[in-house]
Amino acid sequence: MVSPVLRLCMRYRVTGLSSGTGQKSPALFHKFITKRYVEFNFSPEKPCEGKGETSRMNLCQAINSALHTTLVNDPTAVVFGEDVAFGGVFRCTLDLQKRFGKDRVFNSPLCEQGIVGFGIGCAVAGTTAVAEVQFADYIFPAFDQLVNEAAKYRYRSGNQFDCGKLTVRAAWGAVGHGSLYHSQSPESFFAHAAGLKIVIPRGPIKAKGLLLACIQDKDPCIFFEPKVLYRAAVEDVPVKEYTLPLGKADVLVEGDAVTLIGWGTEVHILKEVADMAKEQLKVQCEVIDLVTINPWDVETVCNSVKKTGRVIVAHEAPLTGGFASEITAVIQEECFLHLEAPVQRVTGFDTPFPHVFEPFYLPDKWRCFDAVKKTLTY
Amino acid sequence: MALQRCTKHLFNNVRVCTSLIQSMMCSGGSTSVNPKPDADTPIFPGVQSQWAESLELIHPHSYNKFPVYRVMDRNGCILNPSEEPQLESEFVERMYRTMILLNTMDTVLYESQRQGRISFYMTTFGEEATLIGSAAALAYNDLVYAQYRETGVLLWRGFSVDQFVSQCFGNCEDEGKGRQMPVHYGSKNHHFVTISSPLTTQLPQAVGSAYAYKLANNGRCVIAYFGEGAASEGDAHAAFNFAATLNCPVIFFCRNNGYAISTPTHEQYRGDGIAGHGPGYGITTVRVDGNDTLAVYQVTKASREYAVKENRPVLIEAMTYRLGHHSTSDDSSAYRSLAEVKEWGSLDSPISRLRQYLALKGWWDDAKERSWKEETRKMVVNSLTRA
Repeated sequence: MVSPVLRLCMRYRVTGLSSGTGQKSPALFHKFITKRYVEFNFSPEKPCEGKGETSRMNLCQAINSALHTTLVNDPTAVVFGEDVAFGGVFRCTLDLQKRFGKDRVFNSPLCEQGIVGFGIGCAVAGTTAVAEVQFADYIFPAFDQLVNEAAKYRYRSGNQFDCGKLTVRAAWGAVGHGSLYHSQSPESFFAHAAGLKIVIPRGPIKAKGLLLACIQDKDPCIFFEPKVLYRAAVEDVPVKEYTLPLGKADVLVEGDAVTLIGWGTEVHILKEVADMAKEQLKVQCEVIDLVTINPWDVETVCNSVKKTGRVIVAHEAPLTGGFASEITAVIQEECFLHLEAPVQRVTGFDTPFPHVFEPFYLPDKWRCFDAVKKTLTY
Repeated sequence: MALQRCTKHLFNNVRVCTSLIQSMMCSGGSTSVNPKPDADTPIFPGVQSQWAESLELIHPHSYNKFPVYRVMDRNGCILNPSEEPQLESEFVERMYRTMILLNTMDTVLYESQRQGRISFYMTTFGEEATLIGSAAALAYNDLVYAQYRETGVLLWRGFSVDQFVSQCFGNCEDEGKGRQMPVHYGSKNHHFVTISSPLTTQLPQAVGSAYAYKLANNGRCVIAYFGEGAASEGDAHAAFNFAATLNCPVIFFCRNNGYAISTPTHEQYRGDGIAGHGPGYGITTVRVDGNDTLAVYQVTKASREYAVKENRPVLIEAMTYRLGHHSTSDDSSAYRSLAEVKEWGSLDSPISRLRQYLALKGWWDDAKERSWKEETRKMVVNSLTRA
């Protein structure tokens, strides 16, 4: 549920809070100077057909629903991480301990390498383990366990052992004021470790289905949840259990002029960019949500690129080594002769994620629109 | 804004948390968290201790070190008859035979690396008692997470010489499908999780598996082997803390063999070995003479019983000595004297100690020794030829 204050702020993009400049200024001045929110409009999915009764849920409620479903249907399942017991710092695990007990929903000590290592061990022994890392920025102590252990478990044992029952969830991406350590998008670090699936939903309906798919998948999965969408994204989500396919990208808007590729929050920005392009440049862009970073849907992307000949890949993560580089490399391999312009990447810059400079750092709709204009006139 | 909302929620929950702590502490029989002035004992959520009104910096030397439990002296004589495990002769003989087979296999496979037949090998010379003694005390389906020097555990479980050799050769018989370096054994059938090179990563995993076993209520425990060097890794700290806070039936078995490749223990830690960590985490702990097979057996058996019954972790530190090099890529004469190694080998060999015990009991003799050694050599060499 979005609070009235937040809704007001999002509509008018005004903080309603102290400017921090220590100076009294007119409200209008506030509007442009003291931005504390990521500039985007959440574009909800239409309610699903044939999936039964739906309920109005935001992203964290949808995730809560997926976890609840898992705990009901899978008697081995456990959910754990820092502060998970009282409901989690983002309330994704609200009421789960109350319903399912301390054995199955519990706090872990403050130690990501322990959380993931413990989760791997649970999975190896046949327990479905859903581990939470509070912020994706803090996943790095678990890097060894994820890359050297989880990703390689099945391969190195000749398929005698695996930790497919492990799913790691983490709050991901820009939130408006998260700065260096509450805003990161580390998906490309993990894409480099063959053996891990990486999934990023764009809204509540996708989130519930994808999270359930990850939990039920036979490979270890990392599920990054765009934290800015936790409350901001509200959709009519099916109440019963359903899964959505991993490794399959979604073409959200069909077009023939430029292919716009993104994931998570960025998808909503790209949809707006497509609208801007239609209105101002009279061209129809094709918008693709990659959904799964690894394995990514090369076919859908290349089909689109072969149609449009122009591509923009946008992500919040920094430029160098960001996942756009991988997509770009494959596109130029597979679609070289179809390209009318080089693949454009609109991304965060190669610096740590800043605090007050966030509006300049993110690949917002103006930077993306600029890239569209550039590629059309190449 | 999301963060601010979280803070607000968190704030609202502090009240809930405090009252939760209060009720938990009350039900636990201890006093409530109300900060009464001049209470007799300090009432903080983080500790249950006493007041001190005179300043004292408590130095590590004032802590008592963990004693080293043993059953036999170096000549195989029982020191305290009430501690002698009442084992059948066949069982103890099987332990001894396995140690000899292990020793032979180690010798031949080490040589085979020198001959260029396999790429790499790690021996377990000097640590046979830690491995066989502990393995013999476990249930066959207790899950084993090993580091790399626990060949004896898998051998005890019934992994054949052929299977060991196949893994080392990475041939088509290798159940690991030729994907890993030699000695990175794994066997689902023997409940021995495939070994991985990164050290200590297996410890928190062992804790997770133990937790799963607790929930499944299957009466099994998990044992995680590691060296005293590996205990320096962050994963060890993570594992100990998780095991203790989450009540997991896991045995942490540390082989303290004096060296982590070339690094001696006095450069690895400054406290009371690895056993000294136990109380810090709230873990039941015991230190044992790792070269005393019977003592290792007793300690592991008792630890297993406790772990499974109470769903609590146990930390065992087995003191021993690495007689061999770290691996075939190491020449330990670069950092320790040959005399030191020779002395340890002759004064405190786990194999001779058990042998002497068997001889005193009348269960073993020179003829048996000769014939078994010959047989083991034939077994291993034949396996190599077939590989």
